[in-house]
Amino acid sequence: MARIDLDHIRHAYMANPSSDADYALREVHHSWDDGGAYALLGPSGCGKTTLLNIISGLLTPSEGKILFDGKDVTGLQPEERNIAQVFQFPVVYDTMSVADNLAFPLRNRGMAEADVQARVAEVLEMIDLVDIANRKARGLTADLKQKISLGRGLVRADVNAILFDEPLTVIDPHMKWQLRSQLKLLHRRFGHTMVYVTHDQTEALTFADKVVVMYGGEIVQIGTPQELFERPSHTFVGYFIGSPGMNVLPVALDGARAQLGEQSIVLPGAASRTDGKRTELGIRPEYIRLGASGMPVSVRAIEDIGRHKIVRAMIEGHELAIVLDEDSSVPADPHVTFDPTGINIYADDWRVKLGG
Amino acid sequence: MQGVSSPAASTGSDLDGATDPHLGGKAWEGFFYMLELDKVSKVSNGEAHITDVSLRLDSGTLNVLLGPTLSGKTSLMRIMAGLDRPTRGRVLSDGQDVTGLAVQKRNVAMVYQQFINYPAMTVYENIASPLRISGADKATIEREVDRAAELLRLGPYLQRTPLNLSGGQQQRTALARAIVKKAGLVLLDEPLANLDYKLREELRAELPKIFSESGAIFVYATTEPSEALLLGGNTATLSEGRITQVGSTVEVFRNPVDMVTAQTFSDPPMNLLPMEKRQGKFVKQGVRDIPVPAALSHLADGPCTLGFRPHNLSLTAEAGTTPLSAEVRVTEITGSESYIHLIHEGRRWVMLVKGIHDIEAGTMLEMHLDTRYLLVFDRDGRTVRAQPAGA
Repeated sequence: MARIDLDHIRHAYMANPSSDADYALREVHHSWDDGGAYALLGPSGCGKTTLLNIISGLLTPSEGKILFDGKDVTGLQPEERNIAQVFQFPVVYDTMSVADNLAFPLRNRGMAEADVQARVAEVLEMIDLVDIANRKARGLTADLKQKISLGRGLVRADVNAILFDEPLTVIDPHMKWQLRSQLKLLHRRFGHTMVYVTHDQTEALTFADKVVVMYGGEIVQIGTPQELFERPSHTFVGYFIGSPGMNVLPVALDGARAQLGEQSIVLPGAASRTDGKRTELGIRPEYIRLGASGMPVSVRAIEDIGRHKIVRAMIEGHELAIVLDEDSSVPADPHVTFDPTGINIYADDWRVKLGG
Repeated sequence: MQGVSSPAASTGSDLDGATDPHLGGKAWEGFFYMLELDKVSKVSNGEAHITDVSLRLDSGTLNVLLGPTLSGKTSLMRIMAGLDRPTRGRVLSDGQDVTGLAVQKRNVAMVYQQFINYPAMTVYENIASPLRISGADKATIEREVDRAAELLRLGPYLQRTPLNLSGGQQQRTALARAIVKKAGLVLLDEPLANLDYKLREELRAELPKIFSESGAIFVYATTEPSEALLLGGNTATLSEGRITQVGSTVEVFRNPVDMVTAQTFSDPPMNLLPMEKRQGKFVKQGVRDIPVPAALSHLADGPCTLGFRPHNLSLTAEAGTTPLSAEVRVTEITGSESYIHLIHEGRRWVMLVKGIHDIEAGTMLEMHLDTRYLLVFDRDGRTVRAQPAGA
């Protein structure tokens, strides 16, 4: 396992990039811990796959270096980097048995057959494929084939990192729950460095110790799921994480108060100077209390989505999403209050600190 | 449900409708008032894909087909579209038998999981193609394409070709084409499965609005319970080629008729606990007795299975909760909530609690079950119906 250093990496797919907009990946400069589980999360076109391909060696960055445990691997081919990869669609040998598919990467590297058998047995156990170990891969469902791919990604203990590129896309929801928790368990047990690319927030948040949120070719925040939820550092993170995402409302700031239309909202602290910048207040639907007092809202729709309800309301001419418990209902003359712990202030989309 | 299309169009293809001078601007509205599947089965190569499906879909409704891969969703849609002929049973459109009618003769639009566009045409021409085929005039084409492009935010890309677009933009192009077609029956087969999570969330909210304007019958296949709940409308749950329940989406979710439906409509999966009812209690060796809720007191004594959803387990005792314990396997944290994966007597359970709770694997965890939402299945897997108080 290895620490991964991304040293001032930039990448453009065109020959002579001149402006920032020409770069699929703008400046990325980070160090990822040995044994960490990282998820790269963002919409399509955000640069997450470009970054993964630079780590795997499928792509050489236009600028910058990549190091595994301090060793420069920028010029090395994927097969020279000692990594395992799992892709979106299963890559298995149909004519081989499940067990032989798992054994393949080990035999390929000349591991003694007794060791191969022991390791394959262990992996079969981990991913629940013992029962079909001797069946040919041909004819198995996409679910099972992808399980084999995951197993093959995990079979070598000595890799620098395991890279996952949207590995659960073809998996049915119920199986996703099993495989996700299995991966998490395996990470806890074996401590591989794992990098997991996804556009699915649930997958990213539940899998990773650290989620790397990308937007427009840049990393906008690296944080724990809790940090991304409570303190999104950019309005995009607020929007992208959470379902529905964070409400972002235009406000005028006056010390420790924010003015939203006719309403004055007390902030947990005074915002630092934001001269001339566009200022907004971010509040997640989960931090809004609906009741008889507070700021008046008009309710446009109530969506019952099972274990909770989403209330679509208007406040001072702006849309506001509110999350309500399954058993709660909307009062006749609805008002809202914002839980101060859930309030964040943004200037030109970046979070500003609130003083005491 | 009121039909919106003119009766004159009810026998024609969209081409006839387009040239009918009496229909004016509404020339392309669908001719389906109601689509009915009557005891439909489909067998191919000796394998049953669809078994005895009867279903009635009204104009202007959103109907979700919910079930795992290979449960028969696509097979059913192909029969509705006229792409496949059922082995047994009939397909009726507004009471008329259309079982053998080819897809070209029906006013149907279909969108698949894989984006299908004409690669050599611009996005504009892709969206305009059904209108050109139906002989619409230039002004109509411009108006309808612009409207669909605006709804699906394709305005900036109209002059590009599909291969120069992202997956999401390509799928939005396919959806725009289905919108301008103004078909009476719109079939969407996991249309958002390959799209970004957030884009899916937005399109999911917009799609019902977009299509409800047209008065079409809207059928949407998905494997994801959360998607069905966000779409609302009606849901039919599928399992192994059979429909297990049909009803309003929330009703099917809250009151599944059997264990299979409950499991199909649970994400995270439903937790199950086999017990035995003995007078006023559910009992089992090693599990504390659970009082039988009053509404279920009519249940006969004997073996049964309790089902409860992950958010009905909590870490704190409250009124109406009953204690349980299970071993922690692993915890997943989503930022505001925690999924605690558990093992109870060899069965996997999931618990969903608010806040951050990172509990060490192997811990024997005490938890509390909210019995208000408890489902009880009899030995045949049927849900025991609650009897209203006082009955």
